[in-house]
Amino acid sequence: MTLAANSPVPPVRPGAVLRFLHRNEAWRGYLLILPALGLMLVAILFPLGSTLMMSTWSLSGYEIARTPSLDNYAAMLGHPMYGVLIGRSLEVALVATAVTVALCYPMAYYVAFHVHRHKALWLMLMTLPFWTSYLLRVFAWKVVLGYEGVLNTALVGLGVVETPVAALLYSQTAVTVVLAHSWAAFAVLPIYVSLEKIDRTYLEAAADLGDGPWRRFWRITFPLSLPGVVAAFFLMFVPTVGDYITPAMVGGPDGMMVGNLIQAMFGPMNNWPAGAALSVVLMVTIALAGLAFLIVGRLVRRV
Amino acid sequence: MARFTGFQPHSRPLALYAALFALFLYLPILFIPLFSVNEGVYVRFPLEGFTLDWYADLWSREPLKAAFLNSLKVAGSVAVLSTVLAIPAAMAIARYRMPGKGPVVGFMMLPLVLPGLILGVALLTLLNRLGVTLSLVTVAIGHMVICLPYAISVLLPRLIGFNRSLEEASADLGENPWWTFWRVTFPGILPGVLACLLMTFTISFDEFFMAFFLSGTSQTLPMYIWGQLRFPQDFPSLLALSTLILLVSFLLAFISLRLGRVGQVTAEGRA
Repeated sequence: MTLAANSPVPPVRPGAVLRFLHRNEAWRGYLLILPALGLMLVAILFPLGSTLMMSTWSLSGYEIARTPSLDNYAAMLGHPMYGVLIGRSLEVALVATAVTVALCYPMAYYVAFHVHRHKALWLMLMTLPFWTSYLLRVFAWKVVLGYEGVLNTALVGLGVVETPVAALLYSQTAVTVVLAHSWAAFAVLPIYVSLEKIDRTYLEAAADLGDGPWRRFWRITFPLSLPGVVAAFFLMFVPTVGDYITPAMVGGPDGMMVGNLIQAMFGPMNNWPAGAALSVVLMVTIALAGLAFLIVGRLVRRV
Repeated sequence: MARFTGFQPHSRPLALYAALFALFLYLPILFIPLFSVNEGVYVRFPLEGFTLDWYADLWSREPLKAAFLNSLKVAGSVAVLSTVLAIPAAMAIARYRMPGKGPVVGFMMLPLVLPGLILGVALLTLLNRLGVTLSLVTVAIGHMVICLPYAISVLLPRLIGFNRSLEEASADLGENPWWTFWRVTFPGILPGVLACLLMTFTISFDEFFMAFFLSGTSQTLPMYIWGQLRFPQDFPSLLALSTLILLVSFLLAFISLRLGRVGQVTAEGRA
């Protein structure tokens, strides 16, 4: 479909380039998308390439030696700390994502099936916190969970515990809870969209044929909503594996994740090549996880 | 088609669950304004009395003012530039048949799922190799990469729902594509454009990772907050500052979500 396709007299254009563009839809499309695409190619692919290259360099004294080697990766294999950190990051992200998706599902279900008049209002209520500063949302949890914080002083005041519980803040559990809270809005939306798309006549047919509410849910609604569940899982899991703010603010030493080490290597430890290598390992881990989600998603769609 | 409501009356347990969910979502954030007007230095119950001193204290902080202005500058330019780049890109995605469009769009949505930390570090290594001095400009470049996928997603529904026959009429009447865009298409997608500006502004204003790695000597507001977190005596003032930022963020996001939604509703109506 071109703009001039319906006009009686095609406008005459000077210049062969313009004429070519006028006829060729794909080229015009690419010309329009080029500024944005170009910026992203330059600002994503080149940096990732340069990280990959730097990961093969090494630190000698205060200088970076540019002789390619796999020493950084070998050092990572040789030191158990890296495996532990990556394992913990995957575990925390996986648990937080699973909890969030499970908690968001009934919420999305409620809005999709039970809210009729104020649907848009509910959706906005769910997504609004996501647009406020991530830093401040985590900060809020520091206020709630701190040793002399809201929760502890409230618990002591109510006589539930005698002394404040130190373990509330600076633990892996705190990181998981805060991550789940921060990403809830991101997980609700894909689930809601897949539930909203379900053709309600299937449910009517099942009801007519004698299925009760539970059977209807498990045999129709749930399977049809699975693509949204997989999408929500993916959208939340990937950014949380590499998170830095939450573990740094509420994690403490036990809640430290791989992102904190990368930051430290680029910051106080000043070992950029090792940091670059760790970033590459994190990226590969995330890509593998993404691939797994993709495969699961395909399988789910086929069922 | 009638809405399927017949045997799904209002479910009380589900409604209760939804209310609790919303409470959990908003409760932690609400403690920030609550304690920002509390007299005590420590964030704990019981509250010690009402004061606005912490807000007044903010006015005397010069580094805070500088950081705020830096954030305004960066977020303003990022919002305008990424919207300008996103409009033609979204038009291409919505309207043109292009070979390889799927992978291209997939690539452009990549920053949505790439951890900000990795993008920040990667840009840092490149800029360092190129010998570029870190400044607010490098922060803005990083922010544009993050904002573009959001900007395109906000504009797409508007463009897909746009009634093309209006543009065809304009072309039939002899208007060239450039003026057709400005006199027909642009006014039609204006709410989407405004939503896009507000959303990208908010994202850039609140963004932390890129600013953390890519800013040189001048810091943005989130970095200022991050730096102040080390000093417990500054906690109440930070709460006051956070309250103000949250208020503005909520307002901007609310307006932009409303504008975006209006776009979607008319799109469905026309389809």
